[in-house]
Amino acid sequence: MTTQKINISLNGYNVQVDKGTMILDAAKENGLIIPTLCYHKDLCIAGNCRVCVVEIAGQKRLSAACATPVEEGMEILTNSLKVRNSRKHIIELLLAEHNADCTKCYRNGNCELQELASEYKIMTQEFIELVPFKTYTIDMYSPSIIKDDSKCIRCQRCVRTCAELQGVNALTVAHKGDEMKITTFMEKPMNSVVCTNCGQCVNHCPTGALVEKNYIEEVWEAISSPDKHVVVQTAPAVRIGLGEELGFEPGSRNTGRMVAALKRLGFDSVLDTDFTADLTIVEEGTELLTRLKKALKDKDPNVKLPMATSCSPGWIKYIEHLYPEYLPNLSTCKSPQQMFGALVKTYYAKARNLEPDKIVSVSIMPCTAKKFEAARPEMLDSGYRDVDYVLTTRELAIMIKQAGINFSALEEAKYDRLMGDSTGAGVIFGATGGVMEAALRTAYELVTGREVPFENLNITPVRGMEGVREATIKIENPKKEWAFLDGVELKCAIAHGLVNAKTVMDSVKSGKADYHFIEIMACPGGCLGGGGQPIPTSPEIRKKRAEAIYAEDAGMAIRKSHENPEVIKLYRDFLKEPNGELSHKLLHTKYTPRERF
Amino acid sequence: MATTYQLKRADFIFKNENDWEKVLSNILSRSPQDLINELISSELKGRGGAGFPTGLKWKVASELATQPKYVICNADEGEPGTFKDREILEKVPYKVLTAMVACGHVIGAREGFIYLRGEYRFLMPELQKVIQEFEYYLKEIKQDFTIKIFMGSGAYICGEETALFESMEGKRGEPRNKPPYPTNFGYMGGPTVINNVETLAHTFTIFKYGAKKFYDLGVQYSRGTKLFSVSGDTPKPGIYELELGMSLQDFVYEFGDGDTKAVQVGGASGFLVPRKKFADTAIGYQGKLTGISLPTGGSMMLFNSSRSMYNVLDNYLEFFREESCGQCTPCRVGCQQLLLGIKAVKRGDRPASYLDKLLRLTETMQVTAKCGLGQSVANSFSSIVENFREEMIY
Repeated sequence: MTTQKINISLNGYNVQVDKGTMILDAAKENGLIIPTLCYHKDLCIAGNCRVCVVEIAGQKRLSAACATPVEEGMEILTNSLKVRNSRKHIIELLLAEHNADCTKCYRNGNCELQELASEYKIMTQEFIELVPFKTYTIDMYSPSIIKDDSKCIRCQRCVRTCAELQGVNALTVAHKGDEMKITTFMEKPMNSVVCTNCGQCVNHCPTGALVEKNYIEEVWEAISSPDKHVVVQTAPAVRIGLGEELGFEPGSRNTGRMVAALKRLGFDSVLDTDFTADLTIVEEGTELLTRLKKALKDKDPNVKLPMATSCSPGWIKYIEHLYPEYLPNLSTCKSPQQMFGALVKTYYAKARNLEPDKIVSVSIMPCTAKKFEAARPEMLDSGYRDVDYVLTTRELAIMIKQAGINFSALEEAKYDRLMGDSTGAGVIFGATGGVMEAALRTAYELVTGREVPFENLNITPVRGMEGVREATIKIENPKKEWAFLDGVELKCAIAHGLVNAKTVMDSVKSGKADYHFIEIMACPGGCLGGGGQPIPTSPEIRKKRAEAIYAEDAGMAIRKSHENPEVIKLYRDFLKEPNGELSHKLLHTKYTPRERF
Repeated sequence: MATTYQLKRADFIFKNENDWEKVLSNILSRSPQDLINELISSELKGRGGAGFPTGLKWKVASELATQPKYVICNADEGEPGTFKDREILEKVPYKVLTAMVACGHVIGAREGFIYLRGEYRFLMPELQKVIQEFEYYLKEIKQDFTIKIFMGSGAYICGEETALFESMEGKRGEPRNKPPYPTNFGYMGGPTVINNVETLAHTFTIFKYGAKKFYDLGVQYSRGTKLFSVSGDTPKPGIYELELGMSLQDFVYEFGDGDTKAVQVGGASGFLVPRKKFADTAIGYQGKLTGISLPTGGSMMLFNSSRSMYNVLDNYLEFFREESCGQCTPCRVGCQQLLLGIKAVKRGDRPASYLDKLLRLTETMQVTAKCGLGQSVANSFSSIVENFREEMIY
């Protein structure tokens, strides 16, 4: 089907565009940028900031370019005097309402309102500043997210993110008129509502109204303490996102440079979360096979299927709030970050002959929910706080800039040992479908003794950016001990973005779906689109990051988790066996049902 | 001085005729096209204030194939100084209900709603009784149409048609982007005709007596009669049905207290007319030939010389600051700026010339605000500041 072309005029130039295109997109196609604030590619159109207004010949009123479709013969002016004056007024109004103390703002230098003010050269504040007339709350209760209402410009991008991408609705609009604000249920603090800490609101906020709680100074202090041994782990998605904050294009792979930078920052040991991602696969894969065995062979009615992944702390909090009756379906495996933390202060400490209380365990994550996860009361299995500080990709970039490191000029370095080895299966944890693919690579081989029947181990049906994906893998000629799985079609589902998690969970709940295994990542695109990743984000950017992740995987010598030599060594020297007693103590966890609001 | 003033009073709306069953069965026996033509030739325009041709609205909705369609009666009468819809629903609710069934017949809708202002909850029991009567009758004649009441919760903005839909859908009452318009994409995304209470009551008159009887009243572009809610400094406040097109001078002769300084036409979102412009101002819809003509949803507030226009404006702006839904920048921040701005000028914190800056701001609000609320704040602001500038400063 071809779309109908129509003729319009843009600032006096005649052009042809698709029928139904919004003026904003039609202009962009033709090289004209119209400024926006409430518009975001991930979200539905709001048309409420009014920054994008344009003039249409024959109409007295201006129209919001983001929300007005083109029509045949439309004559559009994007930069007429009327448009300019109005737009300037609107920017001035926003600045009058906004706590424009830019030098003290976490988003200084990466703020859309600041950019606009600079573009339109707003040099004086002609309107009356509203901030002193009001009392604002700065909500710092959440371990992940800080919400500062004085910087909010009411574009509602966070509200739409929380509703449309995540289906969580923790953030909402309350009151009206001058008192209208973005808040939570009953205006409770962010730590006592349904918020999953996913940080997508942070990623979509144009200003500094929503930012992550940063732990940069704490980490600098630990690094500077001579008696502390500071260990850092880096999540799979950080290596392909970090570059964006440091001058690289989206989709740039910077693993070696990132490791080199971390070493220069002064971390005593630079290790890889991918290692525990591999470990997760062995533990979780074993757990899945055990559940399948109990369900299919022993006919144990107490076994819960489908089993759901438990790597994404945003997803964990979501299911605790909204589907608490399905908590037994969650894998009991901790996330790779927490497995890593528990091992650092036990296995690693022992191997390196260090006192666990002298170790500071830092993790670099594409995620804000990981900050909450690390602070969960049950995450003390090593006898200490398993992970002491969690930094986002953005915070790491800040540290690199503060240290004066010329990132692009760095020579690539390799991860330290122990716990620095990883496989391609570990790295694809960063993309939606990655855990599923890694688990299938291992589980299939464990059961049949053969590699998964896909070219180059690339299980393409589980890849992609569709919100919910389903895949079926038929098990044929298994090993003797798995004979009961012969001919079984293993049904899998993958969802990313919590609104899609809801779709999957609802079909499980209604009995429509008979999955065995589901992978759910809280953020769109998986961790690569995490709430702690560089701002901005968009479907295109996430696609490029995913390509980089899969390129990393393809470039790895070992691409199956169970073949990770350090994982094999870990079992031999320390854990003894997957899902064994020590594993259960250190690597598995339990969940807490929570309220629905 | 002209003394040949004449206010043409009329009595259609409140004329109590207990013949709705007859009128309705007559309407239902006619074809939708026939009824649309009747409405179009009457030149009835929306009585809520915006003045969109009613016949055209019904026509557009009738031409769409999408189902389900809806008929909504906008009874969220919230404009300061308006109290006519309440009276209609109290005195002659059957006219409104008849019109809703007629509209359903014309456009092919099976469901109708009355969006009742939160403060009008007391009307509900009686209204519900009349609806029951109607539903009984409709069942008898096998006409598939139901009418439900939806209670508003007191927000002024929910009288804006798309905010009203959002409110009915259980969401926050915030106006939507237009296009699409309600006739194409209204309540629950279905084609929706939404009419003011009074507009619907007029269609009863038109269908009963024929378009000509209605058309012959009023003046060009402003046909028919209209209810006016008269309040303020007047010896006889109340609701009056008058022909459109009268001059404000005539209106003041009739309703003024002899010392009328200004009249606010159309409530807080309307225009203030000072004494010197009474003779040149007509009350009706804007047309090409009529000169200065001010539309109104019915609110006519008279002010005598004891009133400070600064206080009047301050009061309106306070109202808008609070009743803006808050979603769009020009309205949310603009209203606050206007209010703080006139206060600052009054106190002497800002120079008198700051009023000009604020006037330019209202121009921006008028062309950039998302809905009629933000767009119309400029009306009262500029008409008051321009005509009573000295009262703003001293």
